[in-house]
Amino acid sequence: MITIIDIGIGNIGSVTRALKFLKCKYIVTDKKEDIENSTKLLFPGVGSFAEASRKLEASGLKEIIEHQVLVKQIPILGICLGMQLFAKIGFEGGIFPGFGFIDAEVKLIEAKKQNLRLPHMGWNNLSSSNLKLLDGTTANACFYFVHSYEMKLNENISHLTTEYGTDIVAMIEKDNIYATQFHPEKSQEQGLKIMKNFIELQSIC
Amino acid sequence: MLRTRVIPIVLLSGYSVLKTIKFDERRNLGNPITIARIYNTRNVDELVLLDIDASKQKRAIDFFTIQDIASECFMPLTVGGGIRKIEDIRNLLKRGADKISINTYALENPDFISESAAIFGSQCIVVSIDLKKGPDGYFIYSSIDNETTKLNPIEWCKKCEELGAGELLVNFVDLDGTMAGVAHDYINQIANAINIPLIASGGVAVPEDAVKIAKAGASGVGISSIFHFTNYTPLDCKIAMNAAGILVKI
Repeated sequence: MITIIDIGIGNIGSVTRALKFLKCKYIVTDKKEDIENSTKLLFPGVGSFAEASRKLEASGLKEIIEHQVLVKQIPILGICLGMQLFAKIGFEGGIFPGFGFIDAEVKLIEAKKQNLRLPHMGWNNLSSSNLKLLDGTTANACFYFVHSYEMKLNENISHLTTEYGTDIVAMIEKDNIYATQFHPEKSQEQGLKIMKNFIELQSIC
Repeated sequence: MLRTRVIPIVLLSGYSVLKTIKFDERRNLGNPITIARIYNTRNVDELVLLDIDASKQKRAIDFFTIQDIASECFMPLTVGGGIRKIEDIRNLLKRGADKISINTYALENPDFISESAAIFGSQCIVVSIDLKKGPDGYFIYSSIDNETTKLNPIEWCKKCEELGAGELLVNFVDLDGTMAGVAHDYINQIANAINIPLIASGGVAVPEDAVKIAKAGASGVGISSIFHFTNYTPLDCKIAMNAAGILVKI
């Protein structure tokens, strides 16, 4: 059972359609008790870091999610903005705190200097397929990205990058924390494999 | 590296798919869900669905058609037609659209671009622009007539970016459905004027035309007729693009 955190910022519909297609049980919730009882969390997101950060604080969900992830150590998958919120700080729309699961900052992709278009929108490949959630995907598979901000890591954790002018963090695995900058739920067959791998992960608790 | 996208553009009128010639003469092509299903199995990069009568008939594109399509398409969906309310956008996103294309209402009320981008993010807001060629060059073609339609198209493209559009979808009306070749010079001018992704469509007759659009600087090639009326598939276009040194997802 996957608990999808809905703070009103996500493309929840796309994620639930993918889970339904994969015949996975899930609930979509913004209720504290549901999250306290969760055994696997999914945090999708589209929108701005600022708004999400504010909503997390105001709803009181932030502490509960932190407890589930850091103390109970249940698996969590962050998608797009969901991944970015795992960082300590975000610089979109001001300076706002994230969960801080990862020692990282979220900054605007330096596109202007390199004459690149923003958002980074479309299909791009990853630096390797050497992460657990990529089991069974094709080498050099492409995934669908839509973002203008990127995560800058300040710690050494397993991650893969994608190239857009520079190397941009595209996927992270740190203990029970999994995240993709791209949208697996919109990345056709290869993306659905990632979702399936997450669904099939053994929960340690 | 980012791939150049090949994007089938599916035109709807209510519940049926059709294809126009120069936005006028029509052919009915059947059920949108069947057509979307075919593209899904063909693994295209993205799908654009536009209801071309919605604005005229003062209604929005049918939400349930979009919902049915989205339930089996795990790829990005851009949806447009008659969108004039924030609530329309919210409803379409809930039913599985990823990006919303705004055309007529963006011309009537340009601030709607910034208003919607502020709520849903720029990545979600595509401004669609129809261009026609006149004696003095290209102009913005629309059923309405106001200050905006008198703007130089390049200026309007820049303005859309400023207002917060995350992508532009430019359609060349005179070339629509003609399979007569593409306006690559003008696509190039637009591509050079903006810093957001550009999808250009109109006139692709053979896969080599997709190469021309991509080389002109578009991030995505919008195609309709040849996928409906010839044996060419999205894959054929990608093979041609790949052979010309353009990176695509095959």
